[in-house]
Amino acid sequence: MHELSIVTSIVETVTESLADYPGARVKEVRLRVGALASVIPESLEFCYGIATEGTPLEGSKLVVDVLPVVVHCEPCGLDVELEGVQSFRCPRCGTPSHDLRQGRELEIDSFEIDEVEEKK
Amino acid sequence: MTTRIVELRRGILKKNDELAAELRARYVTAGVLVLNLVSSPGTGKTAFLERTMRELKAGGARVAALVGDLETDNDARRLASSGAPVRQINTHGICHLDAEMIGKHLEDWPEVALNQLDYLFIENVGNLVCPSSYDLGERIRVALLSVTEGEDKPLKYPTLFNSADAAVITKIDIAEPCDFDRETALKNINEIRPGIRIFETSAKTGAGMEEWLAYLATARATQG
Repeated sequence: MHELSIVTSIVETVTESLADYPGARVKEVRLRVGALASVIPESLEFCYGIATEGTPLEGSKLVVDVLPVVVHCEPCGLDVELEGVQSFRCPRCGTPSHDLRQGRELEIDSFEIDEVEEKK
Repeated sequence: MTTRIVELRRGILKKNDELAAELRARYVTAGVLVLNLVSSPGTGKTAFLERTMRELKAGGARVAALVGDLETDNDARRLASSGAPVRQINTHGICHLDAEMIGKHLEDWPEVALNQLDYLFIENVGNLVCPSSYDLGERIRVALLSVTEGEDKPLKYPTLFNSADAAVITKIDIAEPCDFDRETALKNINEIRPGIRIFETSAKTGAGMEEWLAYLATARATQG
């Protein structure tokens, strides 16, 4: 249950980046979270509401894009997507693989703002 | 008013990952093999580590341990009985150790210099979820599972088992009364982390310790 510290770090990072956009209001923050990142999207969303209170992110929406696990299958010579995280075998040929190519991501992809237009 | 999308593409735990990379470089330069031990509460991490440290010390190796717990220094006191330097890290409610905590405790540990050590063990907070996200710069992450916990634990906590470099099954001296299904446990671990080294051990009888200690010696000799 470290979702709160993750969300706090998101708020810090986005707030820092906002320095380049004075007066802007954050509408949405988008995350990329791998299926093996060991965070629960619902918990992130719950904590997000609390952690953003009184910050420039208050009232914004958190969107979590969950990325499936991708491993490299040696016999097939391909990167293959796994259906879940209960078996690390190539779905085409059944060979086990620990050559992980995607699935541990935990990153801020982007955020959306309403910018105040500068008066000319 | 115009809407703009700002691309960031930044790792949320980037700060931890950077600190962990610095620590890893320091460990390698100092020639110390660092292990991060992760399990549920009650798996027997401390008993396993106590025995490991005692046997390594008896063999002439220089060992030390950092022990993470929410509260109390009971585990540190138990491990210190081996005569090796041990430091407790109380996280006060935080569910995992992070690279910053490790760095801070290493700085402020007068009796231990990394380049005077052969092995440094980090016993993480008893938790199979959160520690898997935090790199501590370790060379080997060890996932422990006791025979009392159920063979499906690796399936329930795939992130941790998938990120481990070695798996240790503890308390095998009581496997039989616990109806521990060894074949299923081994199969499940392999399903989540193909090819992982698995050690079946008992801190009480010493079963499996020889193989485990040989693995540590090889890992240390081939580091860096």
